[in-house]
Amino acid sequence: MSEEQAILTPGDEAELAAIIADAAAARRPLAVEGGGALRGLGRPLQAAATLSTRRLTGVTLYEPTELVVSARAGTPLAEVENLLAGERQRLAFEPPDWRALYGSDGVPTVGGVAAANLSGPRRITAGAARDSLIGLRFVDGRGEVVKNGGRVMKNVTGYDLVKFLAGSYGTLAVMSEVTFKVQPMPEVEATLVLQGLDDRRAIAALAAGLGSPYGVTGAAHVPAQNGTPARTLLRLDGFTASVDYRLGRLAEDLVDFGSAARIEAAPSAALWKSIRDLSVFASPAGVPVWRVSVRPGDGPSVAEAARKSFACRVLYDWGGGLVWIAGGDGPDAGASVIRPAARAAGGYATLARAPEPLRAANDVFDPPASALMALTRRLKDTFDPAGILNPGRMYAGV
Amino acid sequence: MSAIAMPLPDATIIARREEVAAGLRRILGDAHVIDAEDERRAYETDALTAYRAVPLAVALPSTTEEVAEVLAFLGALRVKVIPRGAGTSLSGGALPTEDAVVVGLGRMNRILSIDYDNRVARVQAGVTNINITNAVSGNGFFYAPDPSSQLACTIAGNIAMNSGGAHCLKYGVTTNNVLGLRIVLIDGTILDIGGDALDAPGLDLLGLVIGSEGQFGIVTEATVRILRGPEGARPMLMGFASAEAAGACVAAIIGSGIVPVAIEYMDRPAIKVCEAFAKAGYPLDVEALLIIEVEGSEGEIEDLIGRIRAIAAPFDPTATRVSRSEAESAAIWKGRKAAFGAMGRIADYICMDGVIPTGRLPEVLNGVAKIGERYGLAIANIFHAGDGNLHPLVLFNANDPVELHKAEDAGADILRLCVEVGGCLTGEHGVGVEKRELMVDQFDPVDLAAQMRVKSVFDPAWLLNPAKVFPLAGRPVPAA
Ligand SMILES: Cc1cc2nc3c(=O)[nH]c(=O)nc-3n(C[C@H](O)[C@H](O)[C@H](O)COP(=O)(O)OP(=O)(O)OC[C@H]3O[C@@H](n4cnc5c(N)ncnc54)[C@H](O)[C@@H]3O)c2cc1C
Repeated sequence: MSEEQAILTPGDEAELAAIIADAAAARRPLAVEGGGALRGLGRPLQAAATLSTRRLTGVTLYEPTELVVSARAGTPLAEVENLLAGERQRLAFEPPDWRALYGSDGVPTVGGVAAANLSGPRRITAGAARDSLIGLRFVDGRGEVVKNGGRVMKNVTGYDLVKFLAGSYGTLAVMSEVTFKVQPMPEVEATLVLQGLDDRRAIAALAAGLGSPYGVTGAAHVPAQNGTPARTLLRLDGFTASVDYRLGRLAEDLVDFGSAARIEAAPSAALWKSIRDLSVFASPAGVPVWRVSVRPGDGPSVAEAARKSFACRVLYDWGGGLVWIAGGDGPDAGASVIRPAARAAGGYATLARAPEPLRAANDVFDPPASALMALTRRLKDTFDPAGILNPGRMYAGV
Repeated sequence: MSAIAMPLPDATIIARREEVAAGLRRILGDAHVIDAEDERRAYETDALTAYRAVPLAVALPSTTEEVAEVLAFLGALRVKVIPRGAGTSLSGGALPTEDAVVVGLGRMNRILSIDYDNRVARVQAGVTNINITNAVSGNGFFYAPDPSSQLACTIAGNIAMNSGGAHCLKYGVTTNNVLGLRIVLIDGTILDIGGDALDAPGLDLLGLVIGSEGQFGIVTEATVRILRGPEGARPMLMGFASAEAAGACVAAIIGSGIVPVAIEYMDRPAIKVCEAFAKAGYPLDVEALLIIEVEGSEGEIEDLIGRIRAIAAPFDPTATRVSRSEAESAAIWKGRKAAFGAMGRIADYICMDGVIPTGRLPEVLNGVAKIGERYGLAIANIFHAGDGNLHPLVLFNANDPVELHKAEDAGADILRLCVEVGGCLTGEHGVGVEKRELMVDQFDPVDLAAQMRVKSVFDPAWLLNPAKVFPLAGRPVPAA
């Protein structure tokens, strides 16, 4: 994308709708973004103009005792998180901040987080972004303003287009306002850490923790690297006495995996933030980063396949179900190794970061089976008949 | 005669009944096609019993492949299809029409695999909700969404309606607990959506299909999350002198940072009937009762109950009782879970399912009472207070057609009130037939058009559950 290309920044929903309707009439493709923080995620696309929601800002509703917040799509994520923190509340899905990962100076927005369905370590118990997202206003590719879901905690009225649009990367519609349910912040958090486990033992320990009654809210494994021993991490949060009790019981349950140490609240929070944001993968910037979502117990098989083929660093989250691999060589960035391994492990792989030529030459998102792909195309045509919204961002022609 | 019109059945299809039944028999064998009128009649309604229609035939497949053959056959003949689980829908979701074939999943009720390490189970979609939990409870696990109908209702019905339950305040509803499913489209195409991982590639078709009320295809298998249960759980009862006090107490608890696993509410008429049925020890001299359940170890439970007591104190709870035994806990929940059944013993009722912002609770309960007065009907309120999902039960005499009309009108007024205060028509029972015509009160025509276009993608001729969810007027012309 050239620097001098137009950036369209509507100031309200009506203007947004008019821009999209015009573009549809002219069949003029638009690159859709929030604050641009995730520009590096997805297939590169050719668009005459960029449409940004960055001027659609402001929290429109916040009711702490009803656990709900609504904001216009371009509202900076940090603004919403700060507002919630003032009432000791937070977004349950722990959205990551990947500016360092992508070397971006863009601003993460609530709409961007929703459109990419970005979820952090707490996804294992608190659900993904799509599970917290309960209401949407959006403009589809026809330029029509549509609402779906709402602001109440339970809602099965009509089809759930909210979930469908979460994670659609702006290919179906442009969100104009998002509503999330939120959760109270716990009094305290702490992390139990086991040292020196190999990947398979580590994932077994995480499975034991997640299969325990102690309410683990983070389950990650950082393999040994450059002389630093491997660390297997289990996070608990809640009232202080309860965390103390559960951490003790968990350590007893996991005694076969070695003796455990405890990381207190502040360093624990910093540690999980670095896992959430993939801080260790920020540099070197040119190295591909794979996001592999699999059956948790089979996570290590994907890492083994990768390590056999190329130099890489690995990080496990979600109890082993989310494997991050930094590495991958050749013109396919290691896809021929990672994709089959991911499928064998019951999941799929996304080329989450790579230099633009690699993302242009390879599938970024794992293409679904052909019948699903056909359905995907028909749904895309339904929401965006002129094919103007982020065309090709997810798949060629979608 | 009931108030909600069903489309006139297509006489040309009814005339071909023999041919349709014969075709189904070729696929499924004689034993699994129900053709005789007295046997078809068993499928004429669901739990919205005021509406009935004897279907053209009933097909009972036992495999995904059979479902695919049945749908391809019916789709090619342009015969309408009504997917059916256990028929416990309260919104008429499984109500047939005379020109439609009911496809029942009752024979597909096996649990295919249980994987504790990865915390998932694969099941056939006709399995009952409770049987999943029963299959894993020996290992301390459970399947979280727990509709009160869980002894009977199927996971297929739960997926179609995105069903909830008392404990979804903490654990979420069906859509938060299903990772994958197999669905058969009307042309017989079999699709696998999602899988064992926590997310799937591409667009979120799983999220789209869950809650689509059987209008996209027939779900035959599902991968569900199973969770390790807590060390213990305990309900407590608190009575209040007014709905306002109970509502304010709920807001104060949630505002304090405690989210109990469940907060259930009953008003005086509901308490009386449930107590007579379950002998749970509910206080009879209060206007509102909260059942609050907390989880954890003995110490954690004690601590949470102490905190809740302190938060509740300013609202003058009149009768606070904490369960002291498993038996007492079971009785407390039995009263709540059997509430609809218990009500059914004293009167006919229709059960509403609106959701409101919890802050509007007292105002809405007042409004509901006024609506009852206006129509001269008694209304009992039982609901999930933590998430604002109201179940006003409008009581009436089913033998009096005028009363049914009145009850339906009162119910519609209640749901409109829910929408007016910022809520929605249905929190877990689905739109079905019952709330179809009210959709215009919540959605603008463009909102509905966007949804209906999705229906047309999955089912261009609108053969699957066609008379449901969307108002009959203003629909797209189905593909020929
Ligand atoms: C006493 C009582 C208490 C209840 N309590 C609750 C509650 O607490 N929470 C709650 O959410 N609901 C509750 N319900 C409503 C009802 O039980 C749920 O909607 C349930 O999910 C329906 O399941 P079922 O198997 O009976 O489905 P059915 O009633 O047979 O069908 C429900 C819908 O699912 C569709 N369907 C069925 N099978 C399939 C399939 N294989 N593929 C695609 N679509 C299919 C049907 O066409 C229909 O639209 C209650 C009902 C009763 C009678």
